[in-house]
Amino acid sequence: MNRQSFTRLLVALLAGVIFGFGLSLSGMINPARITGFLDIASGRWDPSLMFVLGGAVIVAAPGVMLQRRMAKPVLDAQFHLPEKTRIDAQLLAGSAIFGIGWGLAGFCPGPAISALSTGLVPVALFVCAMAAGMILHDRILPRILP
Amino acid sequence: MTPYLPSLAGGMLLGLSAVLLLVVNGRIAGVSGIVGRLLGGQQIAPNVAFIAGLLAGPILYTTAYGRPPEVTIVASTPLILAAGLLVGVGTRMGSGCTSGHGILGVARFSKRSLAATATFLATGIVAAPVMGAVR
Repeated sequence: MNRQSFTRLLVALLAGVIFGFGLSLSGMINPARITGFLDIASGRWDPSLMFVLGGAVIVAAPGVMLQRRMAKPVLDAQFHLPEKTRIDAQLLAGSAIFGIGWGLAGFCPGPAISALSTGLVPVALFVCAMAAGMILHDRILPRILP
Repeated sequence: MTPYLPSLAGGMLLGLSAVLLLVVNGRIAGVSGIVGRLLGGQQIAPNVAFIAGLLAGPILYTTAYGRPPEVTIVASTPLILAAGLLVGVGTRMGSGCTSGHGILGVARFSKRSLAATATFLATGIVAAPVMGAVR
């Protein structure tokens, strides 16, 4: 491993720590807060998680503007960005399925993995089921479906 | 203190993390993509590093604040398992989740991510109260 790819690992680790800390500080790691946010008609709607997305986008947007002015990232030869631009049925169906699961248990992938460090058994069960779902989609469904 | 300020500050840290990964490593901080690639055996080292950090975040929070972050489970075990499956299949089919689409996709003003985010917010808003009744 050369020095640049080792530094990339350290940056990925640091980005993960900041992300996990941000999830904890913001309350996004707490399923009760997520369902309290999504359940808008409950009469005790918790809008604070809008500030999480808002705060994230406020910081990420100038970063994206900076990135667009760069020929390449600091530690790699090129950017690795999604290339698809079409809104297709797969995108919408997948997002719809994800939203149902998110509303059901109040966990999305980042907070669920981060919350594993609390040692709660239901969190581990969720992450195992999520990994199974990913493997089902990526490896098993393509063999069954035409 | 209202939860708005920590929510805003925490959100800004999520944005900072995403910018760091984008500008320095040239990659999208999308957790479902990172986990999916890891499960597929791709780019193991950087993805393991990010996930290790993700696990360390709440521990650092506990050290800093003297108490762990609140994590209140709202669903029964069968519903947790069903929800995990749906989140796993859905995020891979839809090429992203709350981080990749919801934060970076929105910040990049990607039409695909805006559509995905509107869709999972909509079905989440429909699912949460319906499931609240059976939880």
